[in-house]
Amino acid sequence: MSALLEVRNLATEFGAKLGLRAVNDVSFRLERGKVLGLVGESGSGKSVTGFSIMGLLDRPGRVVDGQILFDGTDLATLSDAEMRRLRGKRIAMVFQDPMMTLNPVLTVGTQMIEAVRAHDPVSKDVARQRSRDALGLVGIPSPDERLSAYPHEFSGGMRQRVAIAIALLHHPDLIIADEPTTALDVTIQSQIISEFQKLAEQSNTAVIWITHDLAIVSRLADDIAVMYAGRLVETGSVEEVLGDPRHPYTRGLIMSVPSQNHRGEPLRQIPGMTPAINRLPPGCSFRTRCEQATDACAAMPDLMSEGSRAFRCFHPVARIDA
Amino acid sequence: MTIAPLPVMPEAPPEPGRLRRQLQEFSRSPGAVTGLAVLIIIIVLAVFASVISPQDPYDLTQLDILDGRLPPGSESFSGLVYHLGTDSQGRDILSGILYGLRTSLTVGILSAFAAAIIGTTVGLIAAYIGGRTENALMRLVDLQLSFPTILMALMMLAILGKGVLNVVIALIIAEWATYARTVRATALVEREKEYIEAARSFRLPGWRILFRHLLPNCLAPVIVIATMQVARAIGLEATLSFLGLGASVTEPSLGMLISNGYQYLLTGLYWISFFPGIALLVTIVSINLVGDRLRDVLNPRNT
Amino acid sequence: MRDLTPPLIEARGISRRFGSKPDLAAKIALRLGLAKPQPIVHAIDNVSLSIRRGEVVGLVGESGCGKSTLGRVIAGIIPPSEGQVIWQGRDRESLNPKERHAAALATQMIFQNPMAALNPRMSIEDIVSEAPRTHGLVPKGGRQDYVDRYLRLAGFDPTMKGRYPHQFSGGQRQRVNIARALAVQPDFLVCDESVAALDVSIQAQVINLFMELRERLDLTYLFVSHDLGVVEHISDRVAIMYLGRIVEEAPVEEVFLRSNHPYTQALLAEVPRIELTKRRFKAVEGELPSPLNPPNGCHFHPRCPFAMDRCRIEVPLKREVAPGHLSACHLNDQPTV
Repeated sequence: MSALLEVRNLATEFGAKLGLRAVNDVSFRLERGKVLGLVGESGSGKSVTGFSIMGLLDRPGRVVDGQILFDGTDLATLSDAEMRRLRGKRIAMVFQDPMMTLNPVLTVGTQMIEAVRAHDPVSKDVARQRSRDALGLVGIPSPDERLSAYPHEFSGGMRQRVAIAIALLHHPDLIIADEPTTALDVTIQSQIISEFQKLAEQSNTAVIWITHDLAIVSRLADDIAVMYAGRLVETGSVEEVLGDPRHPYTRGLIMSVPSQNHRGEPLRQIPGMTPAINRLPPGCSFRTRCEQATDACAAMPDLMSEGSRAFRCFHPVARIDA
Repeated sequence: MTIAPLPVMPEAPPEPGRLRRQLQEFSRSPGAVTGLAVLIIIIVLAVFASVISPQDPYDLTQLDILDGRLPPGSESFSGLVYHLGTDSQGRDILSGILYGLRTSLTVGILSAFAAAIIGTTVGLIAAYIGGRTENALMRLVDLQLSFPTILMALMMLAILGKGVLNVVIALIIAEWATYARTVRATALVEREKEYIEAARSFRLPGWRILFRHLLPNCLAPVIVIATMQVARAIGLEATLSFLGLGASVTEPSLGMLISNGYQYLLTGLYWISFFPGIALLVTIVSINLVGDRLRDVLNPRNT
Repeated sequence: MRDLTPPLIEARGISRRFGSKPDLAAKIALRLGLAKPQPIVHAIDNVSLSIRRGEVVGLVGESGCGKSTLGRVIAGIIPPSEGQVIWQGRDRESLNPKERHAAALATQMIFQNPMAALNPRMSIEDIVSEAPRTHGLVPKGGRQDYVDRYLRLAGFDPTMKGRYPHQFSGGQRQRVNIARALAVQPDFLVCDESVAALDVSIQAQVINLFMELRERLDLTYLFVSHDLGVVEHISDRVAIMYLGRIVEEAPVEEVFLRSNHPYTQALLAEVPRIELTKRRFKAVEGELPSPLNPPNGCHFHPRCPFAMDRCRIEVPLKREVAPGHLSACHLNDQPTV
């Protein structure tokens, strides 16, 4: 079966003159109905990857290399107009801040009806009906009345549901969700993720869930891709990557989560901090923070495959003992 | 206390300083750079007016009434060339402009600066203390701002009488409220930030929080308004002088010069008003160009 | 298990309301029926909490539950509307000015947003040295050494003290905040979501720093956080807040092994942990009610699966369900089956 989305050697640059590589040599595949967790810390390039696929990079950001094959077409070669036709219809995005999608001075109904009619030439009534159904689907009580409410009349969690409902209006093939629950409380976060899980399964939608939170990904995703300083450092199934990480960075991330440590003992931390993308050390970007680093790491390791998984390290770690 | 040092974090990449970044940002606008260059020339000319000017237009011994109303380029008996002509008293217009620039810039800068200090202090105190003090001060500001500036200045001059110093005082009284309102608004936002809360929890004295923490973070809008206000004050002074309420005849300002030539404008002796007018225009435009760019560069969203 | 020494700090019956007093114009408008009265937010409602010397107490809850407000009241940054804060056995309000000054310096706060908590126009050195110099803690001519010592203590390279906050990353800024607080030699730190804004790998470094400082400087902490994983790791005792009230309070193992209050149980079920199999998320129904208009009786009853008639009317009081384990739930009055 061919993949719904196949990203090949994607590279994205920022900066008018210097060309700072925010994303470098990123490749992954995603099949219909699957959830990919794209994990990394701030500055790792995970969000930029999402924006590159959506064609939503702010200038001077631009894709400089690689292909983004979506159902056979390379999104990187499409014109703005062609991309606009695809966006919202076949690919949708959910942001961390739902107000990125919502216009504060229009009612939710107006915005949803517009969103429907932007891609489907249906009557207002039909569009309203579909908007109403979408709101009901994401668990918003009394959707008929809520259609005439303004975004500020919703709580943070409800606003994010509305944003998700808009993303779902056209039953997209792919949803890119960029930290959609990070700003929400735990109980609300669980509600949103559970809605998402149900909907994605029912409609066979593929999801890229961008987050820094390994715990969410571990329960939600099928596959996981870990990014560090603009590159993928490890990919594979959740079970493989989180259960038996091979890259020292992945392992460090997992180990520094408090629940993976014993109370009263210091947390096992990764020393130092992520270098800025314009000051990466030559060779493996992680080597300045890595205990296993040797002279060999002065060269950039390739993404080495091992069955269905891959990692970018000359000295992969062995299994964690629990 | 004997405490072993902890392992220290590796060095962070240094970012360019804020000031350098802002300078770069500023220089990206050709209009602003031109404005700044012109402004610097104008200031130098004004400061050295007494050295550069061919004539001291207010030293009556140097004037010859027979040289009155000469067109640009005329030559006097003493061999002095009046490049921009003379006025009815036989004053060299060029010299008049240079001396006038000095008066106008002094009035503008002095009044904007003093109004900035008064207005900023009032705004800061209102925001920091709050309650009744804030209410009282801000009602005063509202009252002040509900009068047209020119009317306010005219009223003050009616009370104080003519003279450069009185014009400055009138302009300060007419303009301080703008600063007070802006600074209060900025300070209200800054006051809620955690570094102010932290300063309070460290029991720092109130004046220190006010002037060391709050003030430096409210200065950006003050600088922008002050720049624009210099231009406004120069214009206002010119208006007042034109109306005969500003500087006295012995203290030249651009407004005075324009006013002097006004009656001859329709008789073809255009140069008496025209050249001072151009000087006024160039000064105000260049200050505004600089001010506009400063506003963009100092916008807190960019820093 | 009773400790007889008085707690280091104790909040007694604290309430805190927010809402502005109407000014003259608003009063007239109200009188004429032209305006509605300003809503008053009950951020905290009759809360008591005591912290013993050397203890780390975790204060947990969701946004809007009042945990940050309670932290600020205890830290002395905002005054309570009602109730007292007892510092080392004495009401903080009854202290003379000198004692009050000492008590205020002894309590310091570490804020959530490390950038906003630093004055962007001051160098790191000035930031750290300002308060100790104002209060005469720095020996004459020893300013450099003093600043260096506290920066080093917080794991910040003193050679960079001439730079400004914007030149550093979030983790380093938080270290500067910590150094600044330590420089006035406090006994008690209130950490308000102090690691929430940091990346996972940096978060672990800062948590370790807090724990190390506790050992070295004999510090007491109130650790305000929404993150149960973090709180479980560093606290001795945990208090759970819901909509302005503490619903459960117990030693950390008790809370995580034998939680009593239905809200705590729901919250614990939501703690995200790394798991290797895909699992359906199940969530507590309903939303957080608005603190503008909290439900009657037990605040949790509209979302509680066990709610009874009594819960809708009567506010449950905190009572001991096991030694040192307090819970405010009517279910504990039911005869055990």
